[in-house]
Parts: sequence; structure tokens; C-alpha cells
Amino acid sequence: MRVGLRNPFRCLLAATLLTAWFAVPHGLGLPLASANNSPKRQTDNSGEASNDKAVYAELAKAPAEARAKRNPFENDAKSIAAGSKLFEQHCAECHGNMAEGGKKAPSLRENEVQRAEPGALFWVLTNGVVRRGMPVWSKLPEPQRWQIVSFLKSLRTDISKQSASLP
Amino acid sequence: MPVPKKEWICSSLFALAICLSFCPRSHAQESPYIVAYDHYLEEPGNLDVEYFSTFGTQRGAGDFHAFWMEFEYGATAWWTTEFYLDAQTTFHDSTPFTGFRWENRFRVLKREHFINPVVYIEYEQKNGADKILKEVEGHDVESDYAVANFSLRQEHDRELEFKLLLSKTFKGWNVAVNPLAGKNLSAGHPWEFGYAIGASHPLALAASPNRCNLCRENFIAGVEMYGGLGDADSFGLHDTSHYLAPAVAWNLPSGWTLRLSPGFGLNDNSHRLLLRWGVSREFAGFGEAVRQFLGRL
Repeated sequence: MRVGLRNPFRCLLAATLLTAWFAVPHGLGLPLASANNSPKRQTDNSGEASNDKAVYAELAKAPAEARAKRNPFENDAKSIAAGSKLFEQHCAECHGNMAEGGKKAPSLRENEVQRAEPGALFWVLTNGVVRRGMPVWSKLPEPQRWQIVSFLKSLRTDISKQSASLP
Repeated sequence: MPVPKKEWICSSLFALAICLSFCPRSHAQESPYIVAYDHYLEEPGNLDVEYFSTFGTQRGAGDFHAFWMEFEYGATAWWTTEFYLDAQTTFHDSTPFTGFRWENRFRVLKREHFINPVVYIEYEQKNGADKILKEVEGHDVESDYAVANFSLRQEHDRELEFKLLLSKTFKGWNVAVNPLAGKNLSAGHPWEFGYAIGASHPLALAASPNRCNLCRENFIAGVEMYGGLGDADSFGLHDTSHYLAPAVAWNLPSGWTLRLSPGFGLNDNSHRLLLRWGVSREFAGFGEAVRQFLGRL
């Protein structure tokens, strides 16, 4: 079988593939993947800041029923450790190793996230923010999503401790 | 002046290898399905490189080992595009390259619903020796494959295939139903139909606090069933083949996923056994790595 690019259909196919792979995320203004050690994003950059706000705004869209759900692993140290592991495996790639935010996704240490109800965080994790580049995570079983919420909520304690230790 | 084929392929593979070397690994949470699809797409910017094999028994001719490479890229959170290269070895015969496929999956709804639809569109350019059996459609039966590769390779097909991927995850269970319709673009071929259904469940729902290879949550077990439903001229189950295949996926913390699935033919038109296995690895930030690589040139 001959494989070449002289056929116009194949040229079109190749061009579309290349566009999809390398150009579309930029062209649509969608966030891009970044390495785990990506630095904290500069939130004074207007494009990224507005995307962050849009992502945070999703938390407010969680229905009352979803907000009212209680985390079955609340304050459970083992679940926080498991959530930390899950965060590293699935979330750190975009949100940064310390949840400080990356080029692709916002910080999860901001007040918008830390003050949100656990149910709202669980709802966003389940549904994603697909139009803003965050995939749905319902493929993780429900207990694992709650473990991630436990970990995220534990960051609030970390932040408080850090603030208290400042001179 | 056209670039010689071998040099073009080598250059492409070299560039791909360099780009992948810049990418951090990513822990995948892959389903055990090999034929059926759930509604989950690749994470944006990530590249999943997969290799799959199918060993099939064949009555009336040599058994075969069909294999394919998949390059699955998350273009956005709602669009995954995938490129396949297929080949096969028929024992006591030969090892031909059998074609390529380009597949796209589009998430329709922006949030999770009771049932989550994803539209699947695929273009295939393959020859008649293709035996990967990635889908079974129309009146595909075992005897179609009992012909020598030399003869099968004379047939060249260009096909469009559409699937509606319906999937739901509830209490750890995933159920996926994929009706399909395919059309050979050569004149005179009717639309062909088929289906794939699957169900899967992780061995543990909650994660353990420690990083481990053998933790139960790293294993997902399931079963899938697939087969043909005839074509537009003769719709139905007569002269069709069907398979039932238990499957298991092992998602390793290192980013590798291993899959195993023995499939059993359910009627006399089916291969007795289709033993499939696969290995895949997800690379995070591939799109970004490519841009950085190209920027350095």
C-alpha cells in the first residue's frame, strides 16, 4: 500500500491533524498542558485571570442539592493522604504540585476555592469545566473524588499555619 | 521533490521521540475496554501512546496476530483525536501493513448527565487483510478472514464510521453502549451496522494513602460484548458474528497501563478466541513540548 502526501485528500487530512494537535488549543484561547513544575501563574495577566475567574465562578453554579452533600471523609487523616496522592496523579499536572496554579489551570489555594462548600468542589470535580479546559473527573470513583476534596480543604489549614508563622 | 518514505517516517518518529522525552509522565485512569468506549476523553494537551495485539484463531486457515499503534491526543477537553497504524501476521503466510485510521470523539454536553453522549467519527483507509477487529460490523464473519493475505491485500477500502458513545458511571460502575454505522466509500456498498456494549468496575473505590503498584484501586475489571447487526439491505442478526470478552486494566502509578481481554465467539460465524492485550503510556503536556521543540528550531 502506498503512503504519500501527493493525494489532495491525504494533504487535507495531514493539515487538519496538525492543526488539531498543535494549533487549536492556542487558537481557541484554551489553556495548554504544562509540566508539573510549572511556576505559579501571574494572575495580573488579564487573559489568564479572566479564565481563572470563570473557573472559580463554576463553583457558584453548583446546585443547592450538590452543595449540601457532606464529605464522608471529612477530617480523616488517611483520606487527606490518599487525596494528596490522587491530586499528584491527576491534578498537579495542571494545577501545580502544591495546588498553586499552573499555566493551564488556576490556583486552588485562593479564597474562592477554600471558602467553597465541599459539595461544590465535588460537583465541579465531577462535572469539570469542559469549555475552559478542565475535563470531567467522574471516571474517578465517588470516594476518590471526596478524598481529593479532603486534600483541597486541608490546604486551608496549611495556608493558615503559614500566615501565622509570618513575622 | 518528494521526501523518500523511509526518511519521512524515521524523521517523524525521531521528532516524536524527542518531544516525548520532554514530557512528564501522567497517571492514567484507563478503562479496560478495548472495543467499547466510555464517554471520557483524553486530558487536553496529553498524548496517550498505545500498542495493542489481538491473537485470533482461524478455522480453515492460519491463526493470526494483528497489532496496532494508537496515538491519542486531547486537543481540547471536549475533543480527542486519535491516529492508528494497523498491521497483522498470519501464521504460515505473511506480515502486511494493513492501513491507518483517524478517529475523532466530540463531547456533546458540557456537564455530566444521566447518560453522556459522545459523537465518534472515524475515517479508515485499509486493505482487505486488516484483522485487528477493532469493531465488528455488518455481516463480518470468520470465513472472510480465511483468505491468503496476498489476495486480501488487493482489496482497498476507504470507510467512514460513526458511533454514538453513550455512557454512564454510577457508584463506581461504568456502563457503555455504542451503536455504530459504517459506510464503505466505494460505490455499491450499503451502510453497515454494529454494536459494542461494556460494563466495568474498579476493584476498590477509595484510594489507599500509599503509592503502590498492586493497590486494588489500580485494577479495573469489566466485560464487553460486540458484534454486527447486518447492513441496510439485510438488517438483523443472520450471518453476523458476536463476541463476549472479559477485560481487565492495570493502571500503574508510573503512567503505564496494561490491558488483557480474552474474547470468545458466541456463534458459529465468530472466531473461537480473540485474545487481546495492550500497553499504553500517557505523556502530559505533549502539545506544549512540541511547541517548545519547534520554537527551538
